[in-house]
Amino acid sequence: MMSTTTETSSFDNDKELKKGDPVIVIEKLCKSFGANVVLRDFSMVVHEEENVVVLGKSGAGKSVLIKCIIGLLKPDSGKVIVFGLNVPDLNHDELDRLRTKIGFLFQSNALYDSMTVRENLEFSLRRQWIQFSQDEVDRLVTEALENVGLTHTVDMMPVELSGGMQKRIALARTMILKPKIILYDEPTTGLDPVTAREIDNLILKLQKKYHIASIIISHDMNCVKNTSDNVILLLDGKCYLEGTYEELEQSADENIRQFFE
Amino acid sequence: MELPEGARDFFDETGKIARFAGRFFTTGLKPRFELKELFNQCFIIGYKSLPLIGLTGFIMGLVLTMQLRPSLVEYGVESQLPAMVGIAIVREIGPVIIALIFAGKIGSSIGAELGSMKVTEQIDAMEVSGTNPFKYLVATRVAAATLMLPILTVLGDAISLFGAYIGVNIRSVTSFNLFYMQIFQNLSYGDLLPAVIKTFFFGFAIGLIGSYKGYNSSMGTRGVGSSANTAVVLSSVMIFIIDLLAVQITDLLGLNY
Repeated sequence: MMSTTTETSSFDNDKELKKGDPVIVIEKLCKSFGANVVLRDFSMVVHEEENVVVLGKSGAGKSVLIKCIIGLLKPDSGKVIVFGLNVPDLNHDELDRLRTKIGFLFQSNALYDSMTVRENLEFSLRRQWIQFSQDEVDRLVTEALENVGLTHTVDMMPVELSGGMQKRIALARTMILKPKIILYDEPTTGLDPVTAREIDNLILKLQKKYHIASIIISHDMNCVKNTSDNVILLLDGKCYLEGTYEELEQSADENIRQFFE
Repeated sequence: MELPEGARDFFDETGKIARFAGRFFTTGLKPRFELKELFNQCFIIGYKSLPLIGLTGFIMGLVLTMQLRPSLVEYGVESQLPAMVGIAIVREIGPVIIALIFAGKIGSSIGAELGSMKVTEQIDAMEVSGTNPFKYLVATRVAAATLMLPILTVLGDAISLFGAYIGVNIRSVTSFNLFYMQIFQNLSYGDLLPAVIKTFFFGFAIGLIGSYKGYNSSMGTRGVGSSANTAVVLSSVMIFIIDLLAVQITDLLGLNY
């Protein structure tokens, strides 16, 4: 299936990607903080329209991994290739351009608390190298809020919203530039099971609608089950195991079993 | 010989602040400019500080006049009261006190705001959305503080002199025109200009230190409180250091006579 339809990306002219083409390739990624080695020779591949869940204990380096992909952290060595570009080699402008194709959902939502929901959504649109007309901005804001079912919150402040609503607004903000990749940092952590399920469904709905590839950081096994095409277990800074949820579920490996118990 | 840990930390922090200042000039002053946010910050930092600056300036002028009067009466030079108060306020007390008040209000506010944005990942969110947070958050606040403090100082000085006029008239009767004539006959541009110029540096230091502390905040809410607190303390110390340097420079230029 072709992914660069008008809906998928309305403002770039990159070559069209097909389902199954690699969009993220990580090779021998190493990252440490002082003496604390977080990632050592970590490698993985994410394909177009694929949902990869990275599973691991707290402090295993899952968030560090996706922060290296988006360029918030610079790796010590190794390659982080996104759409054919090695992220650590990019200058600021090139990184900004690449980031228009990558969404990042923060664990804490990271909504700008001094801005309304509308201003939160408009912020990234107003600051891109592509100029949007006011009509286009309004249309994109409305569409993003419709996608998460929260059009009535447009003039509310983030503090007036519940945790689940904040997460959905954060997802709408992430989606507003129609990225081709979304990096989710523990999207369901701290939410009740019903809201967590709603977020999982939203992730799947948006993936289908916009043909997005995703990396989902999680240790919520329901989220892993609901959203994953492929699961990677990150252990001691390395890819310990890779497989589908069903394969992991049937594994007798002690390191895997502890996530199911 | 190895430096003690405290001294090493001091030089380390000084170096980091200097690098942060360098980043302001290399990154913050490059197009594209965040003009809308700059005007917004000028409104918040400048306009919203005016009532506080006005009130403290008024009280400062009034109290200074009332405190000076008995000494001048004792030496029989009470008529010199407006000139003395005017020079004291315009050359030294006005800029320094107003800068200290400004540091307390704005330095802490910038430190806490950016610190809280840092620990809640809002700064990271800004960066991944294609915005340079240094330009949007830091450069605009530093520039607004640098531009607004001199204006606030001039206004604060004027209000302070009005307070001094009230102070003079509590115990005697002096006309408004005579009071101001006595002040301005004894003031020159050599008094006014260095005093205003140094407030640009005060404002820059306050904005920069507040932003530096907030932008590099860590350790959650405790770190935010600490950022706000150290921003005020460091800014206040910097105001006195800059003031000391300014006095030395104006002395060398012969403007203190």
